[in-house]
Amino acid sequence: MDTDYKYEPKNGLTRWLDSRLPLMRFTSEHVLQFPTPKNLNYFWTFGFILTMCLVTQIITGIILAMHYAPSTLLAFDSVEHIMRNVNYGWLIRYMHSNGASMFFLAVFIHMFRGLYYGSYKEPREVIWILGCIIYLLMIVTAFMGYVLPWGQMSFWGATVIINLVGTLPLIGESLTQMLLGGFAVDNPTLNRFFSLHYLLPFIIFGVVLLHIWALHVPGNNNPVGLSVQGKQDTVSFHPYYTVKDFFAYTVFLLLFCYFIFYNPNALGHADNYIEADAMVTPAHIVPEWYLLPFYAILRAVPDKLAGVLLMFGAIAVLFFLPWLDTAKVRSGRYRPIFRYFYVLFVIDCLILGYLGAQVPEGIYLFLSRVTTIYYFAFFLLVLPVLGRIEKVKPMPIGISNSELSTDMVAAE
Amino acid sequence: MSDTLDDDKPTRRDFLYITTGAFGVVGAASVAWPLIDQLNPDASVKAVSTIEVDISSIEPGSFLKVAWRGKPIYIRRRTTEEIAEAEKDDNLNLPDPQKDIDRVQKKEWLVVVGVCTHLGCIPIANQGEYEGWFCPCHGSHYDISGRIRKGPAPTNLEVPPYEFVSDSLIKIG
Amino acid sequence: MLNFIKIKSLILIASVFFVLSNEAYSAGGETYDLIKPGFSFEGPTGTYDREQLRRGYQVYREVCSSCHSMKQLAFRNLSQKGGPEYTEDDAKVFASEYTIIDGFDDYGDPIERARILSDRFPNPYDSKEAAKASNNGAYPPDLSLITKARSGGYNYIYSLLQGYGKEIPANIEISDTLSYNPWFPGNGIAMYQPLYEESVEYEDGTFASIEQMSADVTAFLAWSAEPEMEERKRLGFIVMSFLIIFVLLMFFTTTRLWKDVH
Repeated sequence: MDTDYKYEPKNGLTRWLDSRLPLMRFTSEHVLQFPTPKNLNYFWTFGFILTMCLVTQIITGIILAMHYAPSTLLAFDSVEHIMRNVNYGWLIRYMHSNGASMFFLAVFIHMFRGLYYGSYKEPREVIWILGCIIYLLMIVTAFMGYVLPWGQMSFWGATVIINLVGTLPLIGESLTQMLLGGFAVDNPTLNRFFSLHYLLPFIIFGVVLLHIWALHVPGNNNPVGLSVQGKQDTVSFHPYYTVKDFFAYTVFLLLFCYFIFYNPNALGHADNYIEADAMVTPAHIVPEWYLLPFYAILRAVPDKLAGVLLMFGAIAVLFFLPWLDTAKVRSGRYRPIFRYFYVLFVIDCLILGYLGAQVPEGIYLFLSRVTTIYYFAFFLLVLPVLGRIEKVKPMPIGISNSELSTDMVAAE
Repeated sequence: MSDTLDDDKPTRRDFLYITTGAFGVVGAASVAWPLIDQLNPDASVKAVSTIEVDISSIEPGSFLKVAWRGKPIYIRRRTTEEIAEAEKDDNLNLPDPQKDIDRVQKKEWLVVVGVCTHLGCIPIANQGEYEGWFCPCHGSHYDISGRIRKGPAPTNLEVPPYEFVSDSLIKIG
Repeated sequence: MLNFIKIKSLILIASVFFVLSNEAYSAGGETYDLIKPGFSFEGPTGTYDREQLRRGYQVYREVCSSCHSMKQLAFRNLSQKGGPEYTEDDAKVFASEYTIIDGFDDYGDPIERARILSDRFPNPYDSKEAAKASNNGAYPPDLSLITKARSGGYNYIYSLLQGYGKEIPANIEISDTLSYNPWFPGNGIAMYQPLYEESVEYEDGTFASIEQMSADVTAFLAWSAEPEMEERKRLGFIVMSFLIIFVLLMFFTTTRLWKDVH
């Protein structure tokens, strides 16, 4: 990068430290001075928001673990103990449960941003794939975390999903028993879920570091999708984006705090306030809202194994996105046809979410099939074909002249 | 960070930044407090941090052992001879000098924490050379006022906070 | 820019609520709306009515506790802030009306003593099976969390208690051992009508109509499920006020900082 951004230790102490562990240099070059495109919009603040979400979940989670008991006999009561007896226990618990929802809300916006602006395209494919890994780890972590309160939904949600593993040919049954630690969801399952739920966030943290590291090789994408040409296109990350990110985070906090203080159970399910009972199945088993689209895809087809493969396929297809989309232009801003399909895709995902909470019958089942087909068609049909045939809108010359130029320039 | 701009007066911009920063610090501290306070004893622990004990069935010369905050408490109903014995030794050269009257609210009732002040073992009642307690771990002897008389323990048996709710009920803690 | 982010967030939130608001109560094809009498604790500034909570506790104690446990509650909760706020002495008296087995004596026999503040509410039955046997084969659920454990929340509980004695529609069959109740899923509830006019003689002289007792016991159950509610809303007010000011400060700071870019 530019020599202007080089770190120079100013005094004896910092020189001493710099030659042994270049911590200050690293912070200066990669956080404070890091040249960042100056035209980023608020969709780019969600990386920081997500980091804060992860930190929040880890801190509140570690505290909850000080008071929680991971045994089927004690789990439900220990959560009530936290809610009723532990100082500010109710606050920390609601921060954690609503924090999970906020985490997924933020990650969806973050991913949709990447999808729209072509942030997954060359040379950022690895960033995207690392992001998909983070998303997958988030899903597994959240799934295990939801089992811990040992309510009816905890138990039956776990039962339904783990039993899907049984559909795999040959290894299905033994793999299911290995996951369960038995023949049904019970104490061994709960205990190992607690251990892994504590572990995985730190793995997520590690992958996040890789994700940011990979990002710092080419630098951030931007709404125009054109690469940075020189200093005129960037500003130092600090103070411009540190302040802007924090501002966006405080707005995010407003929503978060509304849920915590005024509607803490809106995003949960009433049945989870009933202690798990292996002999009584709830009338409607539904996962948390952020898993509903996948639940809808799972139940769209009658064959269990096909449903499982489609559900995992829906996430797997994301990993191949950089190669499925053939367009040479990054940003959706200059791809008018793509924009229509993209908006349809967003609506498709919302409808899938709605359908995940309905009984898969009649019109709901029909719609699940239509929306599932479009989901896969978007990635496997639309994006590969569109890139080759679409006409792009005239693009600016560069980031600095985004408002001015009408000359058409293809992205590098 | 020294400013080489010409106006040394704090600008409106600086005021804004400082106010925002101050709000941020206050916010961060306010969030930190519940995360730390959760470590403090919770309501269910505090609820059993005081206990009420019915002492009406204790005969003179015998004692009751109850648990309080995870430690044993000896509630001893002393006979007049025992009280006299305790007061007799008030002015001796004791390892931890203390008058008996300063260790009881009603002379008949001695309430002490049954944890040896040496290294924390539980002394055995009605044993030892001083009519009180004997700690088997390292040989500390306590008298009928719970005072250390012989052995390595540095101080007398602790008297917990307590009060007489009525003649037959004491509240400890 | 801000509009964009808000629009996207709003769409996502709206969809979430859309997904959630899909609970209806059907009675053989007809949907009954919940009766919503309005409670003092509703809304962002709502608080519990102490008198109501005490009447509600009286209803629970005199009517419901013979079959329903409330094992998450301890007697000390009755005197803590944010609830019925009985004096500690009154709460002690309530506790002492029940006994508990606490340890064994020197002969190995169980020691039975009166309950104290730190003890939980007693269980009316020794086992789930005993509870079922005495109640039509159905287990009377623990009521500690009932208003959070049912869709429709406290309004559902209130409606349910009002739902007895209604005429059974022609197209619905209810088994003999069950009672018809339009709000209960499946419409046949194993619990017989629990409240009749003046089932309870209120200590404060309020007339004990079925609506009154239902409202009072519902409020008590709502408190039992969310004893932290008043503190939560109080803190919420402080936090939201702080955040709104902080957001404004951050907004001005951000725009001020970025003014000279471009």
